[in-house]
Amino acid sequence: MRKALVIGGGLHGLSTALHLARTPGWQVTLLERRHVGRHSSGVNAGGVRRLGRALPEIALSVVAAEMWHGITALVGDDCGFRATGQVKVAESEADMARNHARVAQVRALGWTHEEVVDQAEVRRLLPAVSRHVVGAIVTRDDGSADPMRTVMAFRRAAEQAGVTIIEGVAVNGLAATADGTIRVETDHGPHEAERVANCAGAWAPDLAALAGETIPCGTKASMMIVTERLPPFVEPTVGATARALSFKQTAAGTVVIGGGHQGINDRAAETSSVLFGSLAFAARIAAEIFPCVAGARIIRTWTGTEARPPDDMPVIGESRSLPGLFHSFGFSGHGFQLSPAAGAAVAELMARGATNLPIAPFTQDRFAIPA
Amino acid sequence: MSVADEWTAGREAVAPVAETVDLLVLGAGPAGMAAATEARAHGMRVLVLDENGAPGGQVHRAVEARLAKGAVSDGQDKDGAKLAAAFRASGAQYRPGATLWAVEPGGKVFWSESGAARSIQAERLILAAGATERPLPIPGWTLPGVMSVGAAQIALKTAGLVPEGNVWLAGQGPLLWLYAVQALAKGGKIAGIIDLSPPGGFSRARPHLLRALKAPEYLLRGLVWQQRVKRATRVIQARELRAEGEGQLARMLVDGVAHPADLLLLHDGVVPNTQVTRAIAGLTHGWDPVQRCWRPALDLWGNTAVAGVMVAGDSGGIGGARAAALSGRIAALEAARALGRITTDERDGRAGPLRLLRDRQLAPRPFLDAMFPPLPEAAIPDETILCRCEEVTAGRVRQAVGLGCLGANQTKAFTRAGMGPCQGRICGPAVHGVIAAARGVPGGEVDPFRTRFPTKPLTLGELAALAG
Repeated sequence: MRKALVIGGGLHGLSTALHLARTPGWQVTLLERRHVGRHSSGVNAGGVRRLGRALPEIALSVVAAEMWHGITALVGDDCGFRATGQVKVAESEADMARNHARVAQVRALGWTHEEVVDQAEVRRLLPAVSRHVVGAIVTRDDGSADPMRTVMAFRRAAEQAGVTIIEGVAVNGLAATADGTIRVETDHGPHEAERVANCAGAWAPDLAALAGETIPCGTKASMMIVTERLPPFVEPTVGATARALSFKQTAAGTVVIGGGHQGINDRAAETSSVLFGSLAFAARIAAEIFPCVAGARIIRTWTGTEARPPDDMPVIGESRSLPGLFHSFGFSGHGFQLSPAAGAAVAELMARGATNLPIAPFTQDRFAIPA
Repeated sequence: MSVADEWTAGREAVAPVAETVDLLVLGAGPAGMAAATEARAHGMRVLVLDENGAPGGQVHRAVEARLAKGAVSDGQDKDGAKLAAAFRASGAQYRPGATLWAVEPGGKVFWSESGAARSIQAERLILAAGATERPLPIPGWTLPGVMSVGAAQIALKTAGLVPEGNVWLAGQGPLLWLYAVQALAKGGKIAGIIDLSPPGGFSRARPHLLRALKAPEYLLRGLVWQQRVKRATRVIQARELRAEGEGQLARMLVDGVAHPADLLLLHDGVVPNTQVTRAIAGLTHGWDPVQRCWRPALDLWGNTAVAGVMVAGDSGGIGGARAAALSGRIAALEAARALGRITTDERDGRAGPLRLLRDRQLAPRPFLDAMFPPLPEAAIPDETILCRCEEVTAGRVRQAVGLGCLGANQTKAFTRAGMGPCQGRICGPAVHGVIAAARGVPGGEVDPFRTRFPTKPLTLGELAALAG
């Protein structure tokens, strides 16, 4: 058996480990510094969304969407996935013009999942939406899933596929050996493997640096709100064209509100904090687009720490300084939906050095300074 | 207008607040009142936020009202009246009916008052949030007619409501006996007390007896309480208790024996209220293995691991009202030093006698803690609801542990325990204890529910109003 090591017990690490362990001939160990799903994987909004993706991400996102529709076959649990649709509402004629332009652009590339709808249709889809909403872009078979349940399902599937998951182990060194393998130093002794995946999220750039590679990457701390349970009033997940909003009602009746309003990270302490002055804008936008929630009680707010390269797109590819090390991080707050497909791609890269999955746009070479 | 005038001028709840304050005190119980009074003596601008309508906290609840009626009787009330009078005269800005719901890094504090959210920048914080009752989940405890002794004590102190009919008290802990004494003294009737504490309390506590006798009044008072109660009503030693009834408490089963019951008051001791401290990033807590609860890690002044954030009183560790007031003053002296109002020498000089007094007040604690340990979570029957908001039973939490959940946060994904409106404020200690018992490890090795701001619910509309 050939040995592989995955660093990082978030969804991308688990998915990579799962796919590689299902590849004949590989013995996979996953190292997690705290516990599985500790940071953004366990606390994100759970959006399963192709709608509004940056153009270079659409192809991988479309592959991932197909995998989500068969998620039970992949991990043995439905992960709370519900294909209730994603709707991005337009609040003005200017928004509608932008929507038409966007959908034309997506369709020109050959994708048909995004669709512009008028006011009558958006009111039919979202009976509780504010009367000022004039239309929307809709992706009818997008949806949402339960992040923590998804993490747990991927964990169980990975373990059943033979992955050894070790929690509470922090990596502090990466180096090539004379045998062409990689030696991984940790605070609990060394490991050695032929292939190593760097899925350490916000801390992944530090691992790249240990391997002698500089990849520009900052962090995000997107803030979320969840309300008390309300009677069902909205099925799809809702965003807005010109304002930062992500809004959905869970199966339990609670309403989860986000949209990328930023809190603050303390990367060294591995914590992030909510800034209520900024979060107030998320509350205001939500209450303006769905006036019925203004009186709902907030029962919790939170943030999670997430890596964010300068162009808000992930880094997927082999290290340029340490062959055998493969990066997969920097999903910038929209990696949840991509995780089944990205893990499959990275596992293929690790096992055979190439993949047919559309990950070319995510090479770190895009940051290289021309000589 | 002098600084003092500016800060005493606005006492009404509707008054605006300034943008900054030297010291923000959370809670107007003994620790909060004493801290604010001491801080004002050193010229600090002080804002006190308290959820209740009048100063006193739980222990001195409604003490001013009793004083006005000439009904201040015992030593505890006299202490409270004195603290409240000094606090009222101190010039601290006092906001009753104010619910703090967030503290941001850097000292920005948010609260709600009369349905509106507000914020202020505080140089320093003293959190004196007091104690909270440990829940005592038994089968049927969610039936109307079953409530906590603490809630009954609030009704007794604020509305003079005394128990009538078939009223039973059950559980363990000093407050159980104190409430019985207070209720009987006011003419209340108690059908009986179900003492669930495991035998051998005194032999567990005996090693701490000598130290406890430094403040013998605590033990004497406890003995007097128990004797007074035992003379007035019967006490049944038991292991198992269930509440039953059809939509309303009708009877309880004590070790299988049925007794008619109209009201059942449960109690299993009190624990530090750590809702706010646990939500502050970087503020560390330690596990108390005897009382099986978390308490913030504090130095002798009340400084936490987060610069500028201090804790005083029972929310830092259960010590009782007198120790709380002393720790409030000690914390305020340290705050005055930190803000340059007094020198380190002045702080040490003034705090010296207070620290000796506090040591004396805390002397009986190891004895009491060993005497009254919380009831074992392993004995909670599987069908018992732990999380009332989401109706999650002990059995389901144990099942989640079997599936690999090591801590309270992981059980959420499987059970929704702690995800309802109370966010684990009520069930947290019980869920945590059941997980630890099921795993067979000390509670200190099990993650408690991560608390997050807002630590008290506010509406989206209230928050939205803060958007500039």
